[in-house]
Amino acid sequence: MSNWPAETKVIGQSTPRIDGAVKVTGKARYSSDIQAVGWLYGMILRSKWPAAKISSVNLDKARQIPGIKAAVPVRDGAFTIRYYGEEIAAVCGTSKQACLDALRAIEVVADVKHEFVVNEREALKENSARVWDSGPNAPANPRPRENGNVDKAFSECDAVIEGFYSTPVQIHNPMETMGNTVSWTEEGLTAWSSTQGISSVRDGLAGALKLDHSKVRVITEYMGGGFGAKFGAGVEGVLAAKLSKEAKAPVRLMLTRFDQALAVGNRPSSFQKIKIGAKADGTLHAFEGENYGTAGIGAGGDSGGGGGGADIPMPYIYKVPNTRVKQSEVAVNAGAARAFRAPGHPPGSYGMESAMDDLAAKLGMDPLELRLKNDPHPIRQREYKLGAEKFGWREKYKKPGSSPGVVKTGIGCAGAAWPAGGGDRGTQGDAQINPDGTIEFRLGVQDIGTGTRTVIAVVAAELLGLKPEQITVRVGDTNFPPGPGSGGSTTAASVSPAVFDICQKALAQLQTQSGLADARGENWFAACKKLGVSPLVVHGQWQPNLSADRACGVQFAEVEVDTETGLVTLKKVVAVHDCGLIIDKLTLESQINGGVIMGMGYALYEERVMDDLSGVMLNPNFETYKLPGIADVPDIEVVLINMPERGVIGIGEPATVPTAGAIANAVFNAIGVRVGSLPITPAKILAALGKVPPAVSA
Amino acid sequence: MSRMKKTEPENFGAFSRRNFFKSLGTVAATAATAQVQSVAAELEKVNSEKIIGPNAVPVTLTVNGEKLQLLLEPRVTLLDALRNYSSLTGAKEGCDRATCGACTVLLGDTPIYACSKLAIEAQDQEITTVEGLAKNDKLTKVQQAFLDKDALQCGYCTPGFVMSVTALLKKNPHPNADDVKHACAGNTCRCGTHPRIIQAALKAAGVEVASKTEVIDYV
Repeated sequence: MSNWPAETKVIGQSTPRIDGAVKVTGKARYSSDIQAVGWLYGMILRSKWPAAKISSVNLDKARQIPGIKAAVPVRDGAFTIRYYGEEIAAVCGTSKQACLDALRAIEVVADVKHEFVVNEREALKENSARVWDSGPNAPANPRPRENGNVDKAFSECDAVIEGFYSTPVQIHNPMETMGNTVSWTEEGLTAWSSTQGISSVRDGLAGALKLDHSKVRVITEYMGGGFGAKFGAGVEGVLAAKLSKEAKAPVRLMLTRFDQALAVGNRPSSFQKIKIGAKADGTLHAFEGENYGTAGIGAGGDSGGGGGGADIPMPYIYKVPNTRVKQSEVAVNAGAARAFRAPGHPPGSYGMESAMDDLAAKLGMDPLELRLKNDPHPIRQREYKLGAEKFGWREKYKKPGSSPGVVKTGIGCAGAAWPAGGGDRGTQGDAQINPDGTIEFRLGVQDIGTGTRTVIAVVAAELLGLKPEQITVRVGDTNFPPGPGSGGSTTAASVSPAVFDICQKALAQLQTQSGLADARGENWFAACKKLGVSPLVVHGQWQPNLSADRACGVQFAEVEVDTETGLVTLKKVVAVHDCGLIIDKLTLESQINGGVIMGMGYALYEERVMDDLSGVMLNPNFETYKLPGIADVPDIEVVLINMPERGVIGIGEPATVPTAGAIANAVFNAIGVRVGSLPITPAKILAALGKVPPAVSA
Repeated sequence: MSRMKKTEPENFGAFSRRNFFKSLGTVAATAATAQVQSVAAELEKVNSEKIIGPNAVPVTLTVNGEKLQLLLEPRVTLLDALRNYSSLTGAKEGCDRATCGACTVLLGDTPIYACSKLAIEAQDQEITTVEGLAKNDKLTKVQQAFLDKDALQCGYCTPGFVMSVTALLKKNPHPNADDVKHACAGNTCRCGTHPRIIQAALKAAGVEVASKTEVIDYV
């Protein structure tokens, strides 16, 4: 049982986000909006080669461009370039135009090494070009992990399927690119950073620039999305700092959309060979999975941003008595992977859940029944049953490929598990209670758009008997008590217990000082008034029994597939998720919508396209890297499983995990053939239907 | 109304259009082909026009009803002028190439990508940015509906969507969901707030769309 009050007035309601008004009026100052006094514009020169040895970078002519105030190389002396888009140098000046001119004036002397590889399958070959001199692109013989006796178990199965499922490299593409405004003076360094982790950026900058942590302050009042890519100081942060020092002025260096696509993280690809065997009643008996994927140069070298390996959980959420799993990461000459919303899980769910539907077809079973037979988790069992009812699964289900006509309809489902989500035990915070009854919370966390400010206000309002709009919340400053990075769906479960502790302590002190038995609600202002002239400042920290980890989720999708054009239209998604105690229904639903829509992009549109011959990324922009648009999004129905007894659990990541698998299965159900490769483009649909030849590299 | 960022009145860049055509003219004069005639005619036409730049020139923009006087190179875009030469950072830069719509502002009543309009070309029209909508801190119906429906998450695309929906409602006070989708087809959101944006636009037009979210106890 959790320590939250059994009856709540504010928690669990639909509370509009408390920073909504400043966001809809343009008053919110994002990191890219900072105009520090005397600020300069900064830009980065990137490699146009996928592999090269740089012997010198001459910045003299760039420095002579009118308006340019500083120019710095990414490192001194000779260095190696390993991918198209890698940083070479940076400049800052009084205008963007001056910077553009200066980038063109930089002279780079390079031995253009033509040996490179950007294709995973090519990189695995023995005679492939090597990304790192130190060794091959992938281990020769990845060690298999085996439970039970797999070979024997397959011979005992009544039905066995083998499938090949692949997923592309996905780019985070937050709407605000990465970057900072950095001011580095003798007193210290201040960075207004577009980040998910003010503390990790502070530590990163201090480490890279050899500064005391106390000399570095990071501020993130508002930032435009991260999805896992924005935790470190980044090469761009360090360059901005060096420019600021040389120019003796603050430097704003935000990446361009082009930069963003190349160099600051992505979700690794996966190429999954899956074999499953089951008994006649559908009980899973044997599993064999082989997977490789690329984390760019991060596989085998420095990932630059942390997280983001290419391994995936196999056989995902299912317990199979006999399993053998073999995985490897393969390095290619492309930007390194970073953590991306539920690392490993969307490809893991997509591959395994596709194989499950292929197995169901072979067994002649309803794929939902196959899941209910094998899914070991009681929460997902309940979610499948509730969701199926809401979605109308039994009425809509028909055998794969049996939909009549040119435009065929199909349905599919898939499940998710998210292992993290518990709180960060180091989370702390302060509240200052003023004699006039105003109260201000200060936490060194950041709101990345999930509504962290609002969560803090809702929890405080509940416990103090106030309204959320009466709570002032200040976050996004390393001068505040330390808070967690916003990742792993941990933020709500980190800050809520800390706010709980602050409120308990505040009430206890307020009651002692005022002599009132209960300082909450209607007594609040009277109690505060008795503080006299000195505000009350209380400090609190994360407490146990208020949050939990591990969340489940299942999603159902309905599609239409035009068998003449190959176009897939996603009609409807029912998303059933649990996240313990619901703090704010409104922002919670927004995050689930967002997870579904991002998963839809992964299923149908998004893919980094590399050119094997030139080593160049062909779609580092929004016109050729396709994101779901407003006309694409389906009707989304959200079902929230309320489990207040578990305490607070995050939702950001589980919400995007099962979407692609559910959509892929719905497409299979519609046309009766498997498109085993994301994104499911019209070309792949038509190829699967035998109407056009398959693409050369499909 | 806003702090002007000082630009240095220096000679930016080495090229000018006049010099380019001058050199072209020299080459053209030595070749006796029919094309020379057309090049010469073009040269004459260009020389008769008033040439602006490449150095910074005075530019006057009318933004949210106020005059903004700036010294800008002609190649400076309207978005660059707003964000980097004034304090109006409400319009956001998401792509700088007319694909994301985060920079959407109104030119008259027409929504445009501020990143793809030169500031010097926007001088003779009324420009409205997201900062110009709420009067005396009272949110417009569109802004209030975005807030009520939580039609935003990180909020970076929000100014663009608010402007697109505002423009739609000026033209069509009673849109349906398809009209909203059409009006916002040029705006990108990565947090996935689209369903809420449709609901907010309809709410601003007086049509309440109930949330389909259902909360069910586990037990």
